[in-house]
Amino acid sequence: MYDFNYHRPRDLADAVRLRSAAEDGVFLAGGMTLIPTLRLRLASPSDVIDISGVDGLSDLEASAESVRVGALVRHATVAVSADVKKRIPALAALADGISDAQVRNRGTLGGSIANNDPAADYPAAILALGATVMTNKREIAADDYFTGLFDTALEADEIVTAARFPVAEAAAYAKFPNPASRYALVGVFVARIGGAVRVAVTGAGDQGVFRAPEMEKALAGNFAPDALNSVTVAADGLNSDLHAGAEYRAHLIGVMAKRAVAACA
Amino acid sequence: MSETGIGASVRRTEDNRFLQGRGNFTDDINRPGQAYAYFVRSPHAHARIRGIDAAAAQACKGVVAILTGQDLEADGVGGVPCGFAPDGGPIKEPPYPALAKDRVRFVGDRVAAVIAETREAAKDAAEAMSIDYEALGAVVTLADAPKEGAPQLHDDAPGNLCFEWEIGDKDATEQAFAAAHKVVALDLVNSRLIPNAIEPRAALGEFDPGTGNYTLHTTSQNPHVVRLLMGAFVLQIPEHKLRVVSPDVGGGFGSKIPHYAEEVVVTWAAKKVGRPVKWAAERSESFLADTHGRDHVSRAELALDANGIFLALRVKTTANLGAYLSTFAPLIPTYLYGTLLGGAYRTPAIHCQVRAVFTNTAPLDALRGAGRPEATYLLERLVDVAAAETGIDRVELRRRNFIPSDAFPYQTPVALQYDSGNYASTLDKALALADAAGAEARKASAEKAGKLRGVGYSTYVECCSLAPSNIAGAIGARAGLYEAAEVRVHPTGSVTVFTGSHSHGQGHETTFAQVVAERLGVAFENVEVVHGDTDRVPFGMGTYGSRSLAVGGSAVAKAIDKIIDKGKNIAAHTLEAAEADIAFADGTFSVAGTDKELTIGEIALSAYVPHNYPLETLEPGLDESAFYDPVNFTFPFGCHICEVEIDPETGTVDIVGYTAVDDVGRIVNPMIVEGQVQGGIVHGVGQALYENCVYDPSTGQLITGSFNDYCLPRAQNLPAIQTGTQETLCPHNPLGAKGCGEAGTIASTAAVMNAVVDALAPLGIRHIEMPATPEKVWRAIRDARAA
Ligand SMILES: Cc1cc2nc3c(=O)[nH]c(=O)nc-3n(C[C@H](O)[C@H](O)[C@H](O)COP(=O)(O)OP(=O)(O)OC[C@H]3O[C@@H](n4cnc5c(N)ncnc54)[C@H](O)[C@@H]3O)c2cc1C
Repeated sequence: MYDFNYHRPRDLADAVRLRSAAEDGVFLAGGMTLIPTLRLRLASPSDVIDISGVDGLSDLEASAESVRVGALVRHATVAVSADVKKRIPALAALADGISDAQVRNRGTLGGSIANNDPAADYPAAILALGATVMTNKREIAADDYFTGLFDTALEADEIVTAARFPVAEAAAYAKFPNPASRYALVGVFVARIGGAVRVAVTGAGDQGVFRAPEMEKALAGNFAPDALNSVTVAADGLNSDLHAGAEYRAHLIGVMAKRAVAACA
Repeated sequence: MSETGIGASVRRTEDNRFLQGRGNFTDDINRPGQAYAYFVRSPHAHARIRGIDAAAAQACKGVVAILTGQDLEADGVGGVPCGFAPDGGPIKEPPYPALAKDRVRFVGDRVAAVIAETREAAKDAAEAMSIDYEALGAVVTLADAPKEGAPQLHDDAPGNLCFEWEIGDKDATEQAFAAAHKVVALDLVNSRLIPNAIEPRAALGEFDPGTGNYTLHTTSQNPHVVRLLMGAFVLQIPEHKLRVVSPDVGGGFGSKIPHYAEEVVVTWAAKKVGRPVKWAAERSESFLADTHGRDHVSRAELALDANGIFLALRVKTTANLGAYLSTFAPLIPTYLYGTLLGGAYRTPAIHCQVRAVFTNTAPLDALRGAGRPEATYLLERLVDVAAAETGIDRVELRRRNFIPSDAFPYQTPVALQYDSGNYASTLDKALALADAAGAEARKASAEKAGKLRGVGYSTYVECCSLAPSNIAGAIGARAGLYEAAEVRVHPTGSVTVFTGSHSHGQGHETTFAQVVAERLGVAFENVEVVHGDTDRVPFGMGTYGSRSLAVGGSAVAKAIDKIIDKGKNIAAHTLEAAEADIAFADGTFSVAGTDKELTIGEIALSAYVPHNYPLETLEPGLDESAFYDPVNFTFPFGCHICEVEIDPETGTVDIVGYTAVDDVGRIVNPMIVEGQVQGGIVHGVGQALYENCVYDPSTGQLITGSFNDYCLPRAQNLPAIQTGTQETLCPHNPLGAKGCGEAGTIASTAAVMNAVVDALAPLGIRHIEMPATPEKVWRAIRDARAA
């Protein structure tokens, strides 16, 4: 780890100010991604602004219409929340399927979606449910938020404060974990909200999470696993690595999508 | 049976400190004034070093010294030696410099050591090192290494060939094949693995200028071997000036047997910079620069008669040694491999040829089972192929070929003489425990659920308790393989045992104490087991090859016998009886037919306070040592049965049942044996389904350099393992023990892979290489269905 200045602000405005003032600052939430990156000397920020003590980012609220998860809410909290389980059980299940207990006890929603790892799980939920990403500056629609590999619409001094997930009529997430890392080799989140169907795929795309319009169309007509029989997933634009070639990932997208739809029943 | 004696599941003494975080591992030890070493490692798989410019690094904050191969050479420090050269043909032993001077040969090869005030400062300076490399072509795979025009690693090893070796009667084998009713053949790969002990390697070197004594704390499975190799052959420090300590060590699996260059550098540097020097590997360094294991490509052929009786086995193997020869590398694919190809079967003729080659990869050496899992995997897979191609049931084919239980001692055609065995009996026990009879019904119901289900068998024999020294010497070991022990009974009757075995997870502090408690009749709590310090324990050979209880424990038993003999002599004098009339049992010496008796504590006191003592004929004290050299290897055996379910949509293999019945001889602590068997099985399952060390075939970069890509099995990957034991005592060592640390690994890989292939067989799939990852299985299913 290289040396850096460490700050632990208590309020949002201070955090933003510190970030703007820093030569090359970075926010720290649960640290599950940032700390290993620092330890491996893959990053050398001038300032680390630890936002884990910032007030107002740790609330979890649910109503009949939506579930609002504060940026600092840990995966473990979402996984066991009775409110989340009642309103969007697929979201609780997704959080419960992230890595191991240690990571779930540290990792946060804000960190996950700010980082936008192409194999992370939360981005699939944000995109499929059409959630709204809330920041210190604005609200960003899911479809505008993810902009590429490890890339989002966030500006440098913008902090995710929460994500608001609309309650779906039906939703499920089917994940095929990478056997080694347990991140998603392929994860498919399917949601039906107000008659519309949204399907988001994580783990597979070489530009990160993406929607699957053909699947959405097929499912809009008939929300059943068999509706997907007619959809072929192309391997173009999918990742290929030691654990899965693009062709296998394409196949898994089909299998996981069907399983997610089946789980909605 | 007492609650703490032989046969009792005593809780592990050492777990008290481990579970409370009070272990004392090498990296826990810190010395005043200690500096830290960080190794600059080659980013190239193969390159010439044109120059090293350390000026910028030298100027970094906190730098104490920067040491290179040139400095080593100037001080006359030699390369790391190899401890085994197989008999037969010539072997190439290219130098293995502790720090590379002219050339680097694998990613992770050591180029320089930066010594600094802190670890971070050393790393900062390492980044400032400027090394001018001229990249050379790299050769990584076994297929490429011998090819014409392939990059050559060592000038004196043309074709990258280190040695060729063979065992068995070639002519008899050829004749049997020529006359055979049927020949089955299988080409197979034994994958490459990274050992991944939970504690990364570490070393702390110290030099005392007052006495001229060196001390090395290191994560070794065999500190005396390190002292001998490093002291005598590398640094020329005589043994009495060098102390090597392996304190608590967190797992080894073979990767902590070799003597490593980092040990040389910290010891040498401690004197050079006048400060203790500490190095501790980061996990990524462990991936790069611990020895790796396995990595064979083989062709195996079996000749059978019309009844399915095995007539002969022919094996041709190419084995990877990596870039340099690690301490015992040449032993693994030779005598620990070819000699096990007989397995549990009465195959009369066997011939095995091995070509061992260098590649631009990390050096390979022992990994749990070392050679024996390779042999067992090959043989047990081949037997399944033979069953499929002759139409004889797999279990029946094994039974027909088992060495019958009345044929022991049994001389195999590949050097070993099995002392005992009853293979049908462990097979029967396992079949019952696994409910093999119900397998068909389970398969049918799995099919209804859309799953492919299969069962795999592995009826293995292994060879452990290394090793009779005369045999070891005859086949090429440059060391004896006895074990040493000292049993010191203190004046009030408590006991300290000093053993040359080394515990790095096996629980010797418990099991050895059980042996002493039982044999000497003292309380278990009053026995302390000391290991791992060359200044405290007699010259010991350490722990590997499942040898600790069978060889190290036997040395303890031998020393105890001497204590008892001396105790009888003292008792005879004190109780005024003839020595022949003194009986010893349960810690008490008594005169037969009288009520006169003395406890071992009373005898010990009179030995140390010899007021009434046979001083004319006996020395005071009650402290005996013994060296035990085994008369033969031991031959644990058993049957493992694995049941898998495959999801054909994703290719995922699930182990749904696992049964192991092992005969490991005398069981001192059933709980510890079960733990060893379970751990061993998981290790073998890892190879079958998950673990896979991959280098980029063209650049030689290690692709699986972290746990993000190198997949270890997790608890959730296994069902509860059913274990059963059979206790046929080893006929030739005093404890009757055989060894249990590797049996699980040796047996399980084949059992799992046989189950996977059994599940896939209805699709016409004959073989699949390890690891059977979801993608590989899915592809095999898809291709088979398309065909
Ligand atoms: C071993 C391991 C396994 C994992 N497996 C999975 C898995 O299976 N699935 C999965 O989805 N994830 C997985 N993760 C990731 C983990 O779940 C966390 O979501 C992730 O590490 C990021 O969250 P964090 O709170 O730790 O963020 P940090 O590491 O603290 O930060 C990550 C990045 O986000 C930025 N950031 C953090 N919070 C905010 C904010 N509020 N606003 C703006 N920027 C912010 C930081 O500046 C940094 O760049 C795994 C991590 C580990 C270590």
